[in-house]
Amino acid sequence: MSRLLIRNGRVIDPASDTDAPVGQVECLIEDGKVVEIGAALDREGAEVLDAEGAWVVPGLIDVHAHLREPGEEYKEDLSTGGTAAVAGGFTQVACMANTSPVNDDPSVTKYILDRAEKESPAKILPIAAATRGLRGEVMTEMVALRDAGAVAFSDDGATIMDASVMRQVLDYSRMTELPVIVHAEDRHLRAGGVVNEGPVSTRLGLPGNPAAAEEVMIARDIRLAELTGAHLHIAHVSTAGSVDLIRRARDQGLRVTAEVTPHHLTLTDEATMSYDTNTCVAPPLRSAEDIEVLRNALAEGVIDVIATDHAPHAGYEKEVEFTEAPPGMLGLETAVAVTLDLVRDGLLSPLEFIRRLSTNAAKLLSVEGGSLAVGSPGDVTLIDPEREWTYDPAEGFSKSRNSPWAGKRLTGRVVATVVDGRLVYHHERGVLTR
Amino acid sequence: MRMAHEIVESADGLDRLYLVAIPNGGVPLGRILVENLESLTGVHVPLGILDTTLYRDDLAIRGSRPQLRRTEMPSSVDDRVVVLVEDVVSTGRTIRAGMDALMDFGRPSHVRVVALIDRGHRELPIKIDYVGKNIPTQYDDKVILHVEVADADEAMIENEAGGEPQAKVGELRIVVRTGQAGRPPESPHREPAETREAGA
Amino acid sequence: MIGRDILGIEDLSREDIETILETAERMQEIGTREVKKVPTLRGRTLINLFFEPSTRTQTSFEIAGKRLAADVVNFSVADSSVSKRESLLDTAKTLDAMDPDVVVVRHKVAGVPHRLAEVLKAPVINAGDGAHEHPSQALLDMLTVREQKGQIEGLTVTIIGDIAHSRVARSNIYGFTKLGAEVRVAGPPTMLPAQIESLGVKAFTNLRDAIEGADVVMALRIQTERLEGACFPSVREYAATFGLDRAKLRFAKEDAIVMHPGPVNRGVELAHELADNRPSVILDQVRNGVALRMALLYQVAGRGGH
Repeated sequence: MSRLLIRNGRVIDPASDTDAPVGQVECLIEDGKVVEIGAALDREGAEVLDAEGAWVVPGLIDVHAHLREPGEEYKEDLSTGGTAAVAGGFTQVACMANTSPVNDDPSVTKYILDRAEKESPAKILPIAAATRGLRGEVMTEMVALRDAGAVAFSDDGATIMDASVMRQVLDYSRMTELPVIVHAEDRHLRAGGVVNEGPVSTRLGLPGNPAAAEEVMIARDIRLAELTGAHLHIAHVSTAGSVDLIRRARDQGLRVTAEVTPHHLTLTDEATMSYDTNTCVAPPLRSAEDIEVLRNALAEGVIDVIATDHAPHAGYEKEVEFTEAPPGMLGLETAVAVTLDLVRDGLLSPLEFIRRLSTNAAKLLSVEGGSLAVGSPGDVTLIDPEREWTYDPAEGFSKSRNSPWAGKRLTGRVVATVVDGRLVYHHERGVLTR
Repeated sequence: MRMAHEIVESADGLDRLYLVAIPNGGVPLGRILVENLESLTGVHVPLGILDTTLYRDDLAIRGSRPQLRRTEMPSSVDDRVVVLVEDVVSTGRTIRAGMDALMDFGRPSHVRVVALIDRGHRELPIKIDYVGKNIPTQYDDKVILHVEVADADEAMIENEAGGEPQAKVGELRIVVRTGQAGRPPESPHREPAETREAGA
Repeated sequence: MIGRDILGIEDLSREDIETILETAERMQEIGTREVKKVPTLRGRTLINLFFEPSTRTQTSFEIAGKRLAADVVNFSVADSSVSKRESLLDTAKTLDAMDPDVVVVRHKVAGVPHRLAEVLKAPVINAGDGAHEHPSQALLDMLTVREQKGQIEGLTVTIIGDIAHSRVARSNIYGFTKLGAEVRVAGPPTMLPAQIESLGVKAFTNLRDAIEGADVVMALRIQTERLEGACFPSVREYAATFGLDRAKLRFAKEDAIVMHPGPVNRGVELAHELADNRPSVILDQVRNGVALRMALLYQVAGRGGH
């Protein structure tokens, strides 16, 4: 029997709307589950983790990351990805299916779970492909994939351009009761665009990707979700127009949820003026007006969660012409520091902030977690919101280094991460393996 | 002017003479010489302007690129007696650059040099054929040449330490300043004054 | 300016532009000599790194370099498949190891000269990157206008064509506005880039309004191969609506000049009769191109002021 007592922290649990002053509430985990939460608990026989005034929150959950295994282990694998995750405070990570081979078959799903069990300190939740090979033509064996352990379906990386196929996918998915996650982008409208279409693309002389390319697809998919009654989850929302569509869908009572990335909440298209390919991302960084709307939408609850879209790429893959560079940036290790901006700017209380990084994500994927209530998994994250640090990807745990925050001074850091009652990461002791 | 006389005396036939001034300093002197030659002999000697900046030997070691000046060569130099016109000659490098530039324009029969001031400190074997005045200077002295209305007769020196100005109104005034350059005194009808640094 | 990268007009100050133009005016004279060479860049190495083929610009830079007595090396990187082609980064490092004094780069993707400039010790001159900038073209255009009109301040300059895909348009917009001209752009809506007004120009989809009272009318090349059917329905319609001929030119000022970066699609952007004779100054542009590029090389080649 192993016992872990977490004390001397500010316990913030959105599941019970708790935000207790430092030291008032303690959390006891036994054999991987929360057994007690309250004041002055009995620490007999327990390993004690002193939070030193840090926030004590349910383990963070990332619903959108690319961990590149199987097939692209040179960029990242389940070990390094899982380690980067816990260093960033994430106890559970949902990984996308655009691996090689694509996760469109139960054998690949099982492989991922198997490898994750052995190699990853974070719990890995595989997202399976919605269509075979991500080709957007024939749907996958969704029931078998769910039974193998998939938590959602997505062709992320690609978009299902044929509306009739999308309709079938949404319709059929209802049998699994799992969400379909869409990377909404009309490939034709995008027309090779690599930066947001607007004054910045005009100045840069790079092909522009108009907001309409995303909005047109979101509008279509919302209609199809309405038609089929499926649960549609929209990945990495980036424009004001998209928010508008989502808000109306929710007002109508449709089962539409959405996520936003740390970079789309904080970086405008001006960041691409240097032609730094680490700012090359899909959907592209948008205008200041778009960011304003996204932030408010997240605060309002029109957007449910913050998801990283962690997308590692090798240095040599990124050090090319801007139009040739694969889009994407790292996110797991910087998400907390970057998005704490919303708390600092007064848009979100710490409680609501954590809700969008943990509790809502658990609900979205129907997994246990996002709560410190008795019976919950022993997944806890400790965050020091004031701690200043300089982010150096070379010192980080990801295999790759493609981050626009490289070398930047950040405020707010995860100081410890506990998964199933085991301390797996501590900022002074590093990653603790089994 | 005495220099004009000397040029006339040593030339065998003014019809092949061609004055080529090196900007900026050589140009006003060149114009004055052409006028004087014409009033002396009735012959209008052509005046060319040849910027030597692109032929300088010190471009590689300088921190910035010097401004280029206008080049206008109205006549061919082939088979002519070219007289390079400079205001101040010191190291001789500008004259060397001028000769290299001239060679790219053609093949003069003779190349001679006329300068208003020779302040010594030669670094190359360059001689001045017609000189206005020899002024001994320290290597790092600056010679500021201040040119006034044409009609100059004889070059005079004004000693900065407060000596009597010996130049007549309308003549060339030459001021020798030691150490760092200051601003030359204001004067009417001023050609663009130029501060020549050591090594000109 | 020694050692400074020339990546775009956007980064040049008005003083920088004027210095370059004044130097170019001096360089024009060298082209009139019999021996069109000065020893200024003797022993310096100029590398022309052209990822996109271009006879005009490359030859112009080559002649400019040779007139300054530099050693000119032409690297034409053929557009073969990505797997066979050396990566951008490797090409840059290889070049840097050869110690050039100036590198001239052209590439079909914007931003490549910037990336190369980060790696190369030598200054990089952008000879055209995607739709971003083509600074030496705009500078020679400004030189030509100055030559014809005396000064640029207060003039009205109209640029006609596929502004959205044109680096020449962007560089000229920056250059002419910095020097005090009013710049207008004209073309079908599909060829005007997003929010082009943010660059300080007025946009027109009607040719007559655009050239009303203009002092300079600049027609850009339409890439018929690339765009027909996508941005505009046919060459015929483009020529009818935006092609310049003497009749349409009447709406400009009487002494307006006509410019074109070349090569001209006769009968499309410019009527046949306008391509050769006054008021067209196209050949002056070409001639000035060499002098301008000599001026750039003179100002920039070398390893930075010490």
